Amino acid sequence: MKKLLSGNEAIARGVYEAGVTVASAYPGTPSTEILENIATYTEDIYAEWASNEKVALETAIGASVVGSRAIASMKHVGLNVAADPFFTYAYMGVNGGLVVVTADEPGMHSSQNEQDNRHYARHAKVPMFEPANSQEAKDMIVEAYEVSEKYDAPVLFRITTRVAHSKDIVELGSRKGPVYKKYEKNIKKNVPVPAYSRLMRDKVETRMIALADYAHHSPLNFEEIFNTEIGIVASGMCYTYAKEVFGEEVSYFKVGFSYPLPLEKIKQFSEKVRRVIVIEENDPIMELEMKAFGISCEGYDLFPYQGEKTPDVIRRSLLGETLPTINYTQEKIVPRPPTLCAGCPHRGFFYELGKRKNLLMVGDIGCYALAFAEPYNAMDVSLCMGGAFSMGHGAAKSINMNKDSNMKVVSFMGDSTFFHTGINSLTNVAYNRSNTVNVILDNRITGMTGHQENPGSGYTVQGMPVKAIEIEPIVRALGFEHVRTIDPNQLEDVKQALDWALGLDEPSVIITRWPCVLKKFSKEDKEEFEGLFQNKCKIDPEICIGCKKCIKTGCPALSFNKETKKAVINPNDCVGCKVCLQTCPVKAISLEVK
Amino acid sequence: MTKSILLVGVGGQGTILASKLLTIGLVEAGYDVKMGEIHGMSQRGGSVSSQVRYGEKVYSPVIELGSADILVAFEKMEALRWLEYLKPEGKAIVNDYQINPMPVLNGKFDYPDKINEALEALVDTKVFNAAEKAEALGNAKVMNIILLGALIKAMKLTHIDWNQIISNHVKEKFVEINIKAFQIGMDSIQS
Repeated sequence: MKKLLSGNEAIARGVYEAGVTVASAYPGTPSTEILENIATYTEDIYAEWASNEKVALETAIGASVVGSRAIASMKHVGLNVAADPFFTYAYMGVNGGLVVVTADEPGMHSSQNEQDNRHYARHAKVPMFEPANSQEAKDMIVEAYEVSEKYDAPVLFRITTRVAHSKDIVELGSRKGPVYKKYEKNIKKNVPVPAYSRLMRDKVETRMIALADYAHHSPLNFEEIFNTEIGIVASGMCYTYAKEVFGEEVSYFKVGFSYPLPLEKIKQFSEKVRRVIVIEENDPIMELEMKAFGISCEGYDLFPYQGEKTPDVIRRSLLGETLPTINYTQEKIVPRPPTLCAGCPHRGFFYELGKRKNLLMVGDIGCYALAFAEPYNAMDVSLCMGGAFSMGHGAAKSINMNKDSNMKVVSFMGDSTFFHTGINSLTNVAYNRSNTVNVILDNRITGMTGHQENPGSGYTVQGMPVKAIEIEPIVRALGFEHVRTIDPNQLEDVKQALDWALGLDEPSVIITRWPCVLKKFSKEDKEEFEGLFQNKCKIDPEICIGCKKCIKTGCPALSFNKETKKAVINPNDCVGCKVCLQTCPVKAISLEVK
Repeated sequence: MTKSILLVGVGGQGTILASKLLTIGLVEAGYDVKMGEIHGMSQRGGSVSSQVRYGEKVYSPVIELGSADILVAFEKMEALRWLEYLKPEGKAIVNDYQINPMPVLNGKFDYPDKINEALEALVDTKVFNAAEKAEALGNAKVMNIILLGALIKAMKLTHIDWNQIISNHVKEKFVEINIKAFQIGMDSIQS
């Protein structure tokens, strides 16, 4: 049977076919749909959203130890979080096969960096696969479990955004399994104390030699000889891009199993062509290893050092030309940056926060990172998941040491980010006592990645109702004495809470609690939040004085008409959050109750 | 020969459903098909694109600059933004519909005027108001299916049973209106 699948859907299918029984992940673009699709196999696979990537990998490892085939999937930066268990389980080796999917982002479509996670395979000394399309993604997952178990190693499965999110036709197979290996107590394998780790270290090196042999013989690494002038070495999506540009005008060495590299086989290929060009996104990893092995090749110097190696980039870099395009001026095209949605519960908070002076505003990863932009200007710095409270803490400690500064610090992150690693950074604030204001923007869901459940939302990915973990009792248990939970749509409450918290000389926590406007509201949401986005606001043009105060809320349902010099609300977009209504000095905005 | 279709618009306009139906139809007709889209932060009111490529054998899901056979813009300024992806001899189908981005809403920039005229001067362009036609049908959301109908006619893909594909992949209560919308889109393009 054939089906049109994205790379992420194909991975989920491959996981099903391979007989996997346990899957854990934390959402992150472009990896999110892997776990979402695995979760649809409710009868065959236990799937969960973990609180973070480290926890996801440890969950998968636990399942592998007792004999299940298991998977943990994450975006590239997620593997930084999960690096600790990743490196040591690489020593221990598996019982049931273990695959770790890393979804890298050349071009940074939705990410904070462009790190190349192929380095992790080398760093941890584990085998790696790199599919170039959905069919390969599915087939290679099945093979990855065979390799994992045969060579006693977790496998790194590296995809990029275009593999994850492109759809093509996949021939489906049937499910093997479920696969369970027998669990036997084995201290020397499963307890990495130094004495045993030294033994494991030897095993890792022997394993790499065996894997190099696998790489050499694997049909996933193959050559296609057409023309002997140029030979291209490429893995993943770069291979398809090159094929698109050159077709059968050049020869190819396609790398599918990419660590250890089949260097001897590539060397044989290189001897058949006059010039070898390596096309790889991000870092020149294959190129440098090939050069060290004595293969004469080019690559990094021919291409831009960052971004995707899409067909136009390859054409420009290697042929010095582009396809003819329509000539026109782009000057008049207005940028269309992402914005906080109409009704976004973050709006009220940032509208008030952005007005404050002499503040360091420390943000985090989520929709609320848009606070940096106009009109809020309410974020000075952000870094990584869960980092806001600890960075703010460090900044406050520096400011306290510095007699020339009296800046205050407000740090903020979302609910899912709090459960991810923010809980750890808030623990440090509580323990080491920084006089920071720590804000948890609880919109009752994981928003930016497309509404995944989290420990605070009350449901699991497979739809099981669970007790929602309440943030305020956690914060109080950490020892915070100054805690307030507010409705962020009430501007006066936000203002008062900020005044109160900034007036303290001790750590404080403000929790804003209102659901994301795009969320599918649960029964509990409907009970708790009265009049949830059921109304609309309108502006009376007779009363409006054109002061633009409402426009400063940055709501995409509001616009300013330059001809009439009045503000207007688009009734199709407005959901009646009333934030703009509270900013109007002449009460021109009113609520229309449905 | 591989054909490339680029659908562009603003997050929430239904480009993804239109390209999904398009892709399903092409697969059922026996073509090799690849479809690419980038999602992430663009869902928050940003510019979005779906890329569909079909033919005997397709390698890359990505349309390169100057290689799209047709550009379907669900919002007219987006047609200008993505125009460099179109072949100079390609076609543009443009929804005469304006969605103001934040810098226009807050009065910092003006929405460009005479976009349709600019496009018509540059390339074989068909402009029509799918939003109005959708509202006349009673559901503004079927604008995407009207544009899909226009695209199918323009790409001469009428041999595929699109009504069946719509029936199979759209919620039952919306099938009838979507089939009507599709026909309106087809009728708006002269063969």
